[in-house]
Formats: sequence, structure tokens, C-alpha cells
Amino acid sequence: MATKVHMEALSPTMEEGRLVKWTKHEGDAVKSGDTLAEVETDKAVMELVARADGQLIKVMVPEGTTVPVGNVVAWIGKPGEKVDGAGSGEQGTAVSKAAPTAPATPATPARTQPAAPPTPAAAPADATRVKASPLAKRIAKDAGVDLKLVQGSGPGGRVIKRDVEAGATQARAVVPAPRSPLPAPSGAAFEDVPLTQIRKTIAKRLAASLGPIPHFFLTTEIDMERAAEAREALNKQLGEDGGKISFNDIIIKAVALALVRHRACNAWFQEDHIRYWNEVHIGMAVAIEDGLITPVIRNADMKTLSEIGAEARELAGRARNRRLKPEEYTGATFSVSNLGMFDIDQFTAVINPPEAGIVAIGSIVAKAVPEGDRVVVRRRLRLTMSCDHRVIDGATGAVFLKTLKQMLENPLAMLL
Amino acid sequence: MASFDVIILGGGPAGYICAIRSAQLGLSAAVVEQDKLGGVCVNIGCIPTKALLHSAYIATLLQESKEFGVEASSVKTDYGVAMKRSRRVSDQNSKGVEFLMKKHKITVIKGTGVLQPGKKVKVGSDVHDAKQAVVIATGSRVKGIPQIGLEINKTTVISSDEALLLERVPDSLAIIGAGAVGMEFADIFHAFGVKVTVIEALPRILPLEDAEASDTLSKSYRKRGIEVIAGAKVTKANVGKDKVVLDVEAGGEKKQVTAAAVLMAAGRAVNTENIGLKECGIQLTDRGFIKVDKNLLTTAPGYYAVGDVAGPPMLAHKGFREGAVVAEFIAGQKPHPIKYDNVPSVTYCHPEVASIGLTEEQCKEKKLDYVAGKFPFSANGRARGTGETEGFVKILRDKKYGEILGAHIVGAHASEMIHELAVARENEYTVEEIDLAIHAHPTMSEAIGEAALDSLGRVLHI
Repeated sequence: MATKVHMEALSPTMEEGRLVKWTKHEGDAVKSGDTLAEVETDKAVMELVARADGQLIKVMVPEGTTVPVGNVVAWIGKPGEKVDGAGSGEQGTAVSKAAPTAPATPATPARTQPAAPPTPAAAPADATRVKASPLAKRIAKDAGVDLKLVQGSGPGGRVIKRDVEAGATQARAVVPAPRSPLPAPSGAAFEDVPLTQIRKTIAKRLAASLGPIPHFFLTTEIDMERAAEAREALNKQLGEDGGKISFNDIIIKAVALALVRHRACNAWFQEDHIRYWNEVHIGMAVAIEDGLITPVIRNADMKTLSEIGAEARELAGRARNRRLKPEEYTGATFSVSNLGMFDIDQFTAVINPPEAGIVAIGSIVAKAVPEGDRVVVRRRLRLTMSCDHRVIDGATGAVFLKTLKQMLENPLAMLL
Repeated sequence: MASFDVIILGGGPAGYICAIRSAQLGLSAAVVEQDKLGGVCVNIGCIPTKALLHSAYIATLLQESKEFGVEASSVKTDYGVAMKRSRRVSDQNSKGVEFLMKKHKITVIKGTGVLQPGKKVKVGSDVHDAKQAVVIATGSRVKGIPQIGLEINKTTVISSDEALLLERVPDSLAIIGAGAVGMEFADIFHAFGVKVTVIEALPRILPLEDAEASDTLSKSYRKRGIEVIAGAKVTKANVGKDKVVLDVEAGGEKKQVTAAAVLMAAGRAVNTENIGLKECGIQLTDRGFIKVDKNLLTTAPGYYAVGDVAGPPMLAHKGFREGAVVAEFIAGQKPHPIKYDNVPSVTYCHPEVASIGLTEEQCKEKKLDYVAGKFPFSANGRARGTGETEGFVKILRDKKYGEILGAHIVGAHASEMIHELAVARENEYTVEEIDLAIHAHPTMSEAIGEAALDSLGRVLHI
């Protein structure tokens, strides 16, 4: 019996995909897991893989066609096997509605074409559905693990308890003492703190006055002289072979470490509660041809500068080629947007909800600044933080920025 | 000399399933068996005992049937007849395995196999060659306790092997070991009019089961007139021609148990001797099992071990699964790993005892935060109807996520009912899914749904 190849939901929000290129052609032998085609989703170009072994006996959709999720794009079967060509225009719902009314009597012996089972009505929904055990679902909900991001090890890729536990225990072991009103960090990835009445009122009033997300902005000018020196020294040390460390890498690391000390800024606004993250995942805005995307550097606080640098370059490269996987651009707890390379002195960035903050990085420029009673030339950076006032109050954001400034002005502080 | 993809040493449950699965996957397979196909399970274990237990059940039922309005005037039992029937059942099953071997074109080599290096198996003067793998499935056998003078002599000191072939029952029987085998034979012989004494070294009978299960069964046995002595040490055995006198120490007291025969039901020894393990570089564990990795590969490449020889639990269904999984490995597949913590354990005495997962004692030991939900069959309509109100269902629920940590059933048909919980645990269902699944009324299985509810504090029928 031939197996259908469906357009799959390759990202959580994908409803249709454009078949960019067939990497296998009719007559090619395919194994389960082989890439059959490249598909452009709403976010990236992804690979559509075979779910069966055999031969690609029929391609139903030419390159360049946009196909709704769940529709049949090809057939895999035995060489010479015939398939139902009408499958091409098949809409999951239309066909399956007809199926139950078909006579239940056995087919006549003369029937030669192998009858493929009709696409189940739930096919499009199935494609996005996460297969997970009830127990795994419960633990994931409690631990804040997104099941879509978990690789399942159960039958047919079903997410089971141990998969979720492996995901949840990546939480950091050591977190500095929190400031009130946060509870002490548990072993879990985050704590959900119900909104207090005053916080609810703040949320409602500010949202009503300033739009869905009540932004406010804090700007500070940072002396980057010592960070620049440190960067030069480190890059010299790394030599020609190692990847160079950029200012952006240093800023990401400093932001991540400052967030560890100011967990109140490392949070998601979740309508009826605020989710304070114990893990730090930094979203890094990357400009791409027709928009922007924020690949995520996970646990950035625990990574070395070289690791951050290598990961940032790799993710940015793939982001520009639209090759990011969904799990690589979702789940950030805070973001960094850098327009320094465009000679922007200072700007304000828009918060990426449900995150509560983002820092906007301008150019590092040489400036004349007073030092004691004389004027010296120093490399300076203007950094602006956008805060969601429902989560972060002015002073909360200010103390976070102060720590960030101290870290960048004295990079050795990052070692503390 | 012949050549096969896979040669399996032993035609018991683990071996014959390994052969069938290998054949299904297109491998040529041979099974080397010195006795009857089906091994201990089919011939002198699981199957014939179940036949005898049913005879025992009928005997007991008839003795109590007056209450149900059915009077059997004189109930006579004849162990010889029951035994012969059990032999026919075993033979049918063994023939069934023979048929399965033929159906799957598996070569059965009669004789005793000895492993040789280079994936070879010598049977008599023939040496057979395994192109892909050799699978050791030699199983286990009964053992006595020669240290205290209880060596199996097949007349007054017997094992289950002899007990299954008796023409007549002894007047009295002392059973040493209150595991599944000991408890099942106690049930059988008591029903056939034998005065039975069960002696267990550990503090309670069925020592691997939940303590509540042990207690319930212990009470049931005592009520019926079976003597149960737990936490007992046999210090001396005086084996005579027609009787055995045992010196037993229990709870600081010394007593003598005199019986016409002693049935040794304390543990089994694995068959690892004289099969060429050492010559092939196959090592054993400290406890004498063949050392295997998680894929059941021994310390010698190309040699796998499955079933009893590969380690506990020594259960046929564990062997079945190991046999199938190893065949899949050999065929280059990636089988789903065996969940050794989800192997059901069943004792088929009356009432039956079945369990899966952790006992309540183990939950306590592991300091798990759990809730025990329990439902007695005395509150179950179906059980009242059949007069089988002994026992209970107990589900141990993880407090935080509702995970089913363990489940224990004592009662009629417990062996059949435990699988609802096996499926639930395999699929990581929580107690809520157990409750959500509608249970037919009236059934014994309703007690499972009720125990799940009880663990949530919402039991309905008590």
C-alpha cells in the first residue's frame, strides 16, 4: 500500500507552505527521514521529510506551488505501484466526509488499484498536534516546557515523561537571591506569580492608556573603552583560527548576566500572571530580506563569549537564509536589537511579547568626555531599554540598566 | 553442519519467540532444544499449574456451592486425573509451539547445544554456524537447599517438576518458599485435601508484593486452614523414608513441622553450566546471571542472552519481550526499549494477586509524595454476586502529577484485570484517564476506576 506524503505544519503557526524545490524526484528510492522537498513556511525554508520507505512514485505538486497543510503532495510506495491521482486536489475534510457514507461491503475482486485510506478529517489539525502522553503534558504545563520544542522519544516520536524532564532540568543550578516580591527560585524553569490587585490595576490602566503594551523607555550612555580593550585582547588571544568576538556578543552576555541579577526584568506578561524565568534565553533581532526574526541564544548567561559568538553567527547566517527551525526563534525571555552597524546613535525597540523588555543598541562612537578636569576621547554607546510597564516599573528597569552599564564599563564584573 | 542467520539455544518462551520474530524479519533461524519445545513454562511451569489451579478452583467451588443453591452430594477429588489433564494441556501447547516453528520455517535441532567461539553452536557432533548472532535462552531450573539437608530426592523432597507429575497426593506437605510457585502449589494441594504448611524465610509471604497484598492472602489462606509461617528459618531437616521433620525457628520460637513430603519452592538456578560460556568470553554477574548490556548483548560480540538467564524477573512474559526485541536488534531495527519497571507480576492462587510498578513500601523507601487509593471487592456488586469479595484494588498515585506509581490487585481475576493498569502505565496515563475511561457495570474492573477515584479523594461506592 502506497503512503501519502502530506504537507506538514513545519512551524507552529504554519497554515500553508510553498513547495520551493523537490530534492527527490519520481522514481528515486527514499528512506524514512530522507529530505523530499524544501518548503517555505511563514517563517523559514524547512525540509519536508519522508515518513516511509520505498520509492517516490508520484509527485502531485510542481515546484513553486503553495499547498495548504494536510494536503497530499506526493506518494511513496513500491516501484510500479499505482496510486490514486485524484489525491492531488484532495482537501482533507471533503474527502473524509464522503468516506463514511461509502458502502461498507468489500470491494469487488476486480479492483486492482490499491485503495489508499482517505485522509482523516483531522489531518491538518493532526499535523500541528503535539503527540505527548497525559503525564508528559501535565509535567510540561507545570514546568513551563513547550511540548512543541521537545523531541519525543516514545513510539512515533510521542513526547513522554523523560523527554519533558530532560527539557526542564536544563534550568540553572545557581541563581542569586531574588528581590521581593519574587519567590525563591525553584528547580523549575520559572515561577508563575499571580497578579496582585495593584499589579492588575497597573496592567489594566497602563494598557488602556498606552495601547496593548505600555512601553516606556530608559536610555543610558555607556563607556565602552574597557569593553573594547577586552575585546581586542580576547580576539588577539583567539588568533586567526577562532571566530572573533563582537561587541554584540559582549552585550548579549552582559544583558544575560544582568538579567540573572534582576529576574524581575526576565519575565513574560501572561494576562493573569507574570512568568518570572529562571532561565535566560536572549532573542537576537536579525534583519532579513523581507523583515526580521529573533533567533534565540538559550541559557546565554551560562555560555562563554566564544560560544555566544559562534552561535550568534551561525543563527544569524541561517536566519538570513531562512533556515531556522521554529524552536530556534521562539521562547526568548528578553531581547537585544542592535542597529549599531547602521550608524544609528540611539533608537527605541518594540517589545516582542510576551517578553517584558528589549534593549536597543546604537553605534559605538568616539566622543569627547570630561574626565576630572580634562577632556578625553572615549568610545561610548547609547543603549535604550524598552520596558513593559505591566511587568517592569521605572526603578526596576533602572537598576537593571545600572548593572548592565557596570558590567559593560568593567567587563571583569562579568566574571563575578 | 548447517548455517543460519540466528541460532537460538533453548526453545522456551524467550527462545521460541526470538525465533518467530527473527523469521518474521526475514532471518533464517534455528532453535536448539534438548527436551520439549516451550520450555519450563509450557511443560513444567506456567501452563500445567494453571490447569491444576482450575481443578482446585472447581473442587473448592463445589464444596461451597450449597449456598448458591447447587448441592453436589459427594465431592471427590483425584489428583491423578487432574494431573493427566494438565499434561494434555501442556502437550497441546508444546505441539502448538512445534506448529509455530514449522509455520515460520524455523529449524528445530534436537539435542544439547554448546557454544563455540566464532558464533558457532555444537550439537552432538554437528557444528552449526550463525551468520549474524547466537541467542542464549537456556532458562532456569528448580533448586534445593542442600546446605540444610534438603536436597531434592524426588520422593520425600520434591520440586515443582515432581509435584506436577504426582499420581496421588501425600497426606501432608510442607512447602518451603512462599513466592508465586509456593503459594500456587499450596492452593492446589489444599484443595485436593492435603494438610499444607507454607514456610517462608522473609517476614511475609509473596515478599515482592505490596505488604497489604501479602497480608490479605495470608489471612485468606489461614482462614481456609493452610498453615502459613513467615519470617521462618529451617535450621535442620530430617529426611526419612516416608516423612520429613523440619526444625523451624520463627519469631524467636522453635517448632517442628512434620510432613509426608517437602516441596522446594525457594528460588531457581539459571542454566549457565556446560554450554561453553567461558570459552566464548561470556561473563556472568555476581548473582550468576549472564551479564548483558541494555540491548541484551553479552560480553562477547554476536552473542545475546534473553529470558531467565539474562536476569530477573524470571517471568515468561519478560522472556517473550526480550526474545522479540533481540530479534529486532539482530535484524537491524531499533526496537522500543523494554520497560523493566512495567512488567506485571501475577500469582494465580485463589484469590489471585497481580501487581505492576512500585509497592507502597517502595514508594515510602524512595520518599515519593504519593496517595494510595483503594477499593475493596466487598463493595463491588459483581464480586458480591459471584461470592468473590476477598481482596482489593490499590493504586499508588503520585501526588503532584497523578502518575500511577504502582497498582496492586488481590481478588478473583486479578491476573486479567492488571493489564488495564499496564496499558495505562505504558502510555503514561494518569489516574484521571483511568477514571475517564468508562468501566462497564457490573464488573470487577469497576474497582480499578474506584481506586483511581479514591486516590483523588472522590471514591463513589464506599
